[in-house]
Amino acid sequence: MSEHLRDHPAEHPGYTEYHPRWLRRRPSTYWWLERRAYVSFITRELSSIFIAWFIVYLLLFIRAVSRGDASYQQFLAWSRHPVVLVLNVVTFLFVVFHAFTWFNLAPKAMVVHVGGKPLPASVISASNYAAWVAATAFVVWLLLGG
Amino acid sequence: MAKRSLEPMLWLLFSAGGVVSALLVPILVLLLGIAFPLGWLSAPNYEHLFAIVRHPLTRVALFGVCVLSLFHGAHRFRFTLYDGLQIKHLNELINLFCYGGAIVLSIWAGYLLWRLS
Amino acid sequence: MPDRITMQVTRYRPEEESGESVQEYEVPCPKDWVVLDGLNYIKDRLDGSLSYRWSCRMGVCGSCGMTVNGEPKLTCETFLSEYGSGPVRVEPLKNFPVIRDLVVEIGDFMRKLVMVKPWMIRDQEKPVSEGEYLQTPNELDEYKQFSMCINCMLCYSACPIYGLEPGFIGPAAIALAQRYNLDSRDEGSAERLDVLSEHDGIWGCTFVGECTEVCPKHVDPAGAIQRYKLTAALAGLKSFVLPRSAR
Repeated sequence: MSEHLRDHPAEHPGYTEYHPRWLRRRPSTYWWLERRAYVSFITRELSSIFIAWFIVYLLLFIRAVSRGDASYQQFLAWSRHPVVLVLNVVTFLFVVFHAFTWFNLAPKAMVVHVGGKPLPASVISASNYAAWVAATAFVVWLLLGG
Repeated sequence: MAKRSLEPMLWLLFSAGGVVSALLVPILVLLLGIAFPLGWLSAPNYEHLFAIVRHPLTRVALFGVCVLSLFHGAHRFRFTLYDGLQIKHLNELINLFCYGGAIVLSIWAGYLLWRLS
Repeated sequence: MPDRITMQVTRYRPEEESGESVQEYEVPCPKDWVVLDGLNYIKDRLDGSLSYRWSCRMGVCGSCGMTVNGEPKLTCETFLSEYGSGPVRVEPLKNFPVIRDLVVEIGDFMRKLVMVKPWMIRDQEKPVSEGEYLQTPNELDEYKQFSMCINCMLCYSACPIYGLEPGFIGPAAIALAQRYNLDSRDEGSAERLDVLSEHDGIWGCTFVGECTEVCPKHVDPAGAIQRYKLTAALAGLKSFVLPRSAR
């Protein structure tokens, strides 16, 4: 077995030889509470639930609009219900957290070369934030102005 | 030739969804979920809103936002369940719930936006 | 500044006990002493049975990685004075099986390192008579950061996914693969893609980012992985859309 392991490591990922005396410590169920960075990470990941909720809310909104003014007003009234309102406020906080963490980390994945040298990460982040401002301004103009 | 795994495609969907949701969802939540219901900003009158929503470009854009955001959320939540709760052995169930959910909601989105009168 | 500090060191003696225990030692604490100096003092003067790895004592060999007060650190680079009046808790590196005391089993890491083929791969070797491979400073900068890795495994210790996921190749190995993929002299990206794009290869990474935080050489493995995810995903897309242009 160890010969096969040595010569074909890719076929045994994560395998460690059985050794009765090696102490193997399993991660705790609450590993994500052990360090501040892990807590921050899991909070960011939980924003996924709130994104999904918002899409459902958005679709309900669209459905209400498609059914006429009365239905739309009724929907707005429903949205004023404390449970829905609090949920949306919490959603807003999580979604903003997602946006900030996303734009700050985006430069790591996207390395853009200009004239042979990569653009500094701050330039990529800054352009992401600029796009965010532009998109926000566009939506505001579309819904409130135009 | 890389083994045909769906993971790279799912990651691309996740990334695209991450960008789209980061750019657009915050302001949409603020306006549609908080400001309009509370009357902080005068919600657009119904005719104006309906005109925007039923415009074909808006419908296509909204469909894109919905589908991509749903897959972004599904992908991220799947890994949260794997790693956060350490239930990766239930991965078939988790994948079904997450991506299946995203597909179902995407179909609903498509239906709603198509049928907008 | 106290002149002595307590070190709480994890012990594991498989021939005597079935689990870990903590032993306390009081060591002198001159201001230029690092945790490794404390451990060496313990071994020389207090308790010769303590086992641990170290070598260069200057932060280049990667041998002395341990968990100090909950954080993965190179003990030769971590000053005792950082911990005030103490105590300083020293445990073996997390996410690896423990052989004895502070010595961990690193076989899995060594195998994963080899899996990514960390050597120059070329379709055609250039014969020596044709001279050297030339590389511009810009081309060097593309991969230089990823070549700084000293294989200390602090990133594996900080990575929660590595602790949970046996198949995950891990930060250092992927960063090393990138070191070669981004090297203008290398032609082996496609070969490495096969290994890395396997289900758990890189896709288990959820960009926690702790690997980059703890790296003593500022390699930024998290950045290497995210960048590679994009490369691999686009390669996957290309092979899906244009199957014939792939090998």
